[in-house]
Amino acid sequence: MTSLKLSQVCKTFSGLSALDAVGFTIEPGQRVALLGHNGAGKSTLMKIILGLIPADSGVIEVLGAAPGSAGARAQVAYLPENVAFHPALTGAEQIRLYLRLRGEAPGGADALLESVGLADAANRRIGTYSKGMRQRVGLAQALIGHPRLLVLDEPTSGLDPVSRREFYEVLDGLAAEGASILLSSHALTEVEARTDRIVILSHGRVMANDTLAGLRRQAALPTRIQIAARPGAADEVAERLAAGRRNGVTVDLDCAADEKLQRLADVTALGPLVDDLEVIPPSLDDIYNHFSRRDGQ
Amino acid sequence: MKRIFALAGSEIRIALRNRWVAIIVVTMVLFSLVLSAAGSAPTGALGADKLSVTVASLTGLAVYLVPLVALLMSFDAVAGEVERGTLALILTYPVSRVALLLGKFIAHLSILALALALGYGVAAGVAFATDADAAAGLPALFRLFWTSLLLGASFLGLGYGISAYSGRPGPAAGLAIGMWLVLIVLYDLGLLAAIVADDGGFFTKTVFSWLLLANPADAFRLFNLSASSATEVAAGVGGAANSIPPLQALASVALWPILALFLALVGFRKVTP
Repeated sequence: MTSLKLSQVCKTFSGLSALDAVGFTIEPGQRVALLGHNGAGKSTLMKIILGLIPADSGVIEVLGAAPGSAGARAQVAYLPENVAFHPALTGAEQIRLYLRLRGEAPGGADALLESVGLADAANRRIGTYSKGMRQRVGLAQALIGHPRLLVLDEPTSGLDPVSRREFYEVLDGLAAEGASILLSSHALTEVEARTDRIVILSHGRVMANDTLAGLRRQAALPTRIQIAARPGAADEVAERLAAGRRNGVTVDLDCAADEKLQRLADVTALGPLVDDLEVIPPSLDDIYNHFSRRDGQ
Repeated sequence: MKRIFALAGSEIRIALRNRWVAIIVVTMVLFSLVLSAAGSAPTGALGADKLSVTVASLTGLAVYLVPLVALLMSFDAVAGEVERGTLALILTYPVSRVALLLGKFIAHLSILALALALGYGVAAGVAFATDADAAAGLPALFRLFWTSLLLGASFLGLGYGISAYSGRPGPAAGLAIGMWLVLIVLYDLGLLAAIVADDGGFFTKTVFSWLLLANPADAFRLFNLSASSATEVAAGVGGAANSIPPLQALASVALWPILALFLALVGFRKVTP
């Protein structure tokens, strides 16, 4: 069964369109990243999927049930953006409450906290936790009861690189067991290779829905060859390569992916005029900017 | 049901950690002690036992303190969860909004019950220590206890309503204090002013008693004083106790918690996290 099915989902807030004909699906075991700048509609879409706010129109199916229905709630976990648990409770007490609310034995709290690396801090108050530790409490509660769909709103914001990698390792394990994951982020660099598919939202519209490799292909952004010329030879190099841009001793050459080898051959032909060269493929940020700005705004 | 108690347990733990329980209990006990000491002067002229006299003064205290304490505990209930972002999370759990509100309500009412039991218990202890006939006032004390709980329940519900409608803790706190001032302090002053201006006319004869019954705090005072053998201690609006049947006052005291919780639930249902 498809974990999440969205089709033509629209939502307006007092005349302003927040979501415009959004549609995509998530299959079991898939990790999908939802990307977009602030206000692109990521959190709104997530809240609609969770049934916290209603959509104006469109079809939403969560594990075959209506969003927010008892059937959907029992199998969907959520991690809100910037969630702050009550500072007076300890991590263990907070997780025990969430276990009870899901109808699970509270004894599982220790194992859950250990799985997110909080075993040592379990009996300290959440008020003393760092932002990364609070985020781990949030992840621990999202793991309760083996949910089949996890909706995580900017789960890695505020995490250091090591914590982020550990976080994705936990998600990989869940996905391997067949859980679907929808996580949002405002930067492609944060999700990179750890997701199966990337959906880019801009002003409430889906601008792209593909794998990272597919996005690269679609964007067809030029590869940049940066040539360091011998002192005084920069002008000549630029002229012979018909390069557009020059900056001091370096010459920048933009070329499409399929003419890259030809251009490299051209550069090699210059021989002693060239000191060094670097080939820079389009960065993740370039690709993201390409899609999120495609609507001309 | 299990989930409601899990929520209530967590709320009680939070209140214990935040020293709320300690603050409320100490306040109730201190005020009760002060009133007991003040009431231990000779009361022979009234012909009532010490405990009945103490209950009459405690009634006057409870009218101010119980709503205040209830509002202080409840104003943050919904708005605080909205601000922390935990409301959105908990609403994705298999828990209904009714259960959420009931969990908080059970916790807050239990804390209030503990504080009242200790406060009134201390007062009763003092009365028994100084008057052998104090047992005659026990029914009045018991009546004061459960009506105080009903009064507290009403204001807990009103507090949740304020919390849900205002959405943020800051405005909710302001509104709670405003509601306390209006319902507890200004309401009676307004009624007295109206009576003076009306000078025994239509207002005093008909509207006045209904307005007294409409306010849970006034109904609470009327019921306790009209049922007490020490009404002479009462002053001001309490003097109207004689003109209103206790049963009507009791109905108001008993119906207000239901109405207030219903209003809170209606407001809570409209909250989008």
